Amino acid sequence: MARAASPRRRLLTTLAAWFVALLIFFPVLWMILTSFKTEASAVASPPELLGASWTLENYVEVWSRSDYPRFFWNSVVISVGSTLLGLAIAIPSAWAMAFVPGKRTKDLLMWMLSTKMMPAVAVMIPIYLLFQQLGLFDTKIGLILALMLMNLPIIIWMLYTYFKEIPGEILEAARMDGAGMWSEIAYVLTPMALPGIASTMLLNIILAWNEAFWTIVLTTTKAAPLSAFIASFSAPQGLFYAKLSAASAMAIMPILILGWFSQKQLVRGLTFGAVK
Amino acid sequence: MGQITLKSVRKSFGEVDVIPSIDLAIDDGEFVVFVGPSGCGKSTLLRLIAGLEDTTSGTIEIDGKDATALPPAKRGLAMVFQSYALYPHMTVKKNIGFPLKMAGMDPAEAEKRIQRAASVLNLTNYLERKPGQLSGGQRQRVAIGRAIVREPAAFLFDEPLSNLDAALRVGMRQEISELHQSLKTTMIYVTHDQVEAMTMADKIVVLNAGRIEQVGSPLTLYHTPKNIFVAGFIGSPRMNLIEGPEAAKHNAHTIGIRPEHITVGDGPWEGVVGLSEHLGSDSFIKVDVPGLGIINVRGAGELNVHHGDRIKLAPAGKIHRFDANGMAMA
Amino acid sequence: MSTQSTRLAARFMVAPSVIVLFIWMIVPLAMTAYFSFRLYRLLSPDRSGWVGFNNYVWFFNSPDFWLALTNTLLLVGGVLIITVILGVLIALLLDQPVKGQGVLRILVIAPFFVMPPVAASIWENLFMHPQNGLFAAIARGFGAQPILFLESYPMPSVIAIVAWEWLPFATLILLTAMQSLSSEQLEAAEMDGASALSRFRYIILPHLTRAITVVILIQTIFLLGIFGEIYTTTQGGPGSASTTLPYMIFKQAIVAKDIGRAAAGGIIAVILANIVAYFLMRSIGKHLDA
Ligand SMILES: Nc1ncnc2c1ncn2[C@@H]1O[C@H](COP(=O)(O)OP(=O)(O)OP(=O)(O)O)[C@@H](O)[C@H]1O
Ligand SMILES: [Mg+2]
Repeated sequence: MARAASPRRRLLTTLAAWFVALLIFFPVLWMILTSFKTEASAVASPPELLGASWTLENYVEVWSRSDYPRFFWNSVVISVGSTLLGLAIAIPSAWAMAFVPGKRTKDLLMWMLSTKMMPAVAVMIPIYLLFQQLGLFDTKIGLILALMLMNLPIIIWMLYTYFKEIPGEILEAARMDGAGMWSEIAYVLTPMALPGIASTMLLNIILAWNEAFWTIVLTTTKAAPLSAFIASFSAPQGLFYAKLSAASAMAIMPILILGWFSQKQLVRGLTFGAVK
Repeated sequence: MGQITLKSVRKSFGEVDVIPSIDLAIDDGEFVVFVGPSGCGKSTLLRLIAGLEDTTSGTIEIDGKDATALPPAKRGLAMVFQSYALYPHMTVKKNIGFPLKMAGMDPAEAEKRIQRAASVLNLTNYLERKPGQLSGGQRQRVAIGRAIVREPAAFLFDEPLSNLDAALRVGMRQEISELHQSLKTTMIYVTHDQVEAMTMADKIVVLNAGRIEQVGSPLTLYHTPKNIFVAGFIGSPRMNLIEGPEAAKHNAHTIGIRPEHITVGDGPWEGVVGLSEHLGSDSFIKVDVPGLGIINVRGAGELNVHHGDRIKLAPAGKIHRFDANGMAMA
Repeated sequence: MSTQSTRLAARFMVAPSVIVLFIWMIVPLAMTAYFSFRLYRLLSPDRSGWVGFNNYVWFFNSPDFWLALTNTLLLVGGVLIITVILGVLIALLLDQPVKGQGVLRILVIAPFFVMPPVAASIWENLFMHPQNGLFAAIARGFGAQPILFLESYPMPSVIAIVAWEWLPFATLILLTAMQSLSSEQLEAAEMDGASALSRFRYIILPHLTRAITVVILIQTIFLLGIFGEIYTTTQGGPGSASTTLPYMIFKQAIVAKDIGRAAAGGIIAVILANIVAYFLMRSIGKHLDA
């Protein structure tokens, strides 16, 4: 809607939009500010801003007292690994459902989504026991599997909506041109759906990075990612605000930065085919 | 070589018999056009030949060999789609070269063929562009280029020109005809357009509800339609079909007279002019004749008649006679 | 597009995901169902055996169960209502020609990247804490008593936190949908004399239906299982005031260490989720067909 609004109206809407956006963002901003304050300054009343005493001490402390690099590495391996594995399984499935739909394709898709509605808590004990039995407990492989399965329906659905946008005639043309099924997927479908695949990948990395139920239930120390680390950090009472904030900032910063850089693709991916 | 034979080919989608049973022989080098009303199964038939759909029963032979179970890639046919179906992420060159790449052709040989196709189709200056940066006509040429590099046994076209504007359509129509003359490859062409069918075809196949009504050269269909359906379908404006006493005079259930076979001036039929269209070269008028209904008349040049005029008409050409079943009578 | 060989290939390609999802769903579910009919307490491992429907009966007789059920529905419904309404309003605002669209988007999307334990702990400690929280400081600044958010209003507080986490998602989907509306349509409506309000009512809102449907579907999927936020903030309290069904199951399993009862709760939750899913999918399936 690129219509000429009066300058005054434009100014007003700009101000309102910025006010709302800052309000939404404020908790994150406040957390980041707090993470740079001294403990005393962090809990001062009234809250200090300009007069606060700033320090990097909290980050140094969290870094040295915890094993941040390991948690970070676990997070990376688990979120990226589960996403790639998920994509490998989901791309052929989504291809099949989008281009060779049967009578029950829609039901199948809905069934897949409905598996995600099952509250995780309800199956926590069996999965815990199974993981113990299978030697998957507190391993990165185990978490990769669990998170892949957890997000698989979402991956399939997103890819399905992207693939649906690709005209079937193009794939038929490829078939006439002599492409077998795999060449068709590799040379035609995947490149055409690449933006969609990229945003699916991003969203799933974020979902996996932020997953904080299975990561806590299925790990103790070895394979624990940042979401488990932060949960353990907030558990003991009397932990100070500034350090808690610093630890929180360190847990969310990588994904926040990734998300900000890729927000264009991400927003496109988030729509789940809601926008045609 | 591009000889295609359909034997008792049947296709049903679930319960619906879209094509009950078709026998058709297409000779090598022939230009065959499928026409028929929307939904009659033209695309389905083409796709059966292409291998994009399975036949429910019957056999399809290409060059005498049974191809019914072959996948599309193995049939040696090329198809040009209505939507062009170009690969949007590849340049024109890659688009045209894709079938060669899939066939594992040596890159140098592929390059030669691509250049040759591009020069035939006037695409040499666009080889590095993506389809999104081309006009409709250029895209259509790329789609054709992609079809010809493979040197297929036959080309299949599904309404390839229907997305183009009128002027471009005439140009492309002639290009495809010329292409056919120079390549001498079998072409099967689906269209809605009367003019395309009449001008391009060696042989027209008129389809109706999945059945072949008549097969023949354009002029055969025009002059001796087998039945009322073909008579009404071929020719524009439609043939006038008259029943009742007037038909009985000719010992027929129905008689048909083409609009261009009626003269204005003196004659047995009298009526009032309704719509009249004057193109300069031709005049199309509709005349309401009591007892006969609305009669279409086409006159060469300017017929100086207008809405509301009372005029007389006379049949002045072949009168087609049909029996009660709609079949032509000798 | 559908010859027999492609159909067959398609079956093979769908199979892996169907199989792994089926296993992932059915094995734990079967085990849960099995436990739910057993006496299985970690504190008294020697006593075990079949107990019929006892575990279920306990659940249905527990006053907490009905509270937890209500709370679960409140949480899902509350968050959906807040995020959809605020999301539409904010999307309308951001769809105006405002300066700095890009940065605004970055600010608005930020909460989506914050993992639930962090989100919960920011709100609990930095904002809602009765002594050190920012809200308490503001209240004191006005000479008022600090509000004990998590003690006095546990459910609304939890709903507010979760709504904050999901607001960016709703806003961005709705904004993208709004931007896909052709301005010609709005201009035509304006030429027809439609006021801003009726343009919203008759053009923008119908255009958003599909987007709103998707927002509701996706959010419901995630909201039905909300757990971390409650665990970090109220621990289901005070008393059971903010206990949801997932949290109640968790308490049975981890605090009371009664696996049998937790399993029965799990089965009830699954049945419930399926009821919700059924109705949701039916209405959504219709909208997504288009
Ligand atoms: N995949 C399918 N499943 C079920 N019915 C189909 C399918 N494809 C085509 N049909 C039906 O088969 C009939 C013939 O379709 P077809 O596309 O061949 O018609 P057409 O002659 O090409 O029409 P048009 O001139 O409009 O392109 C139609 O009634 C159509 O609804
Ligand atoms: Mg067709």
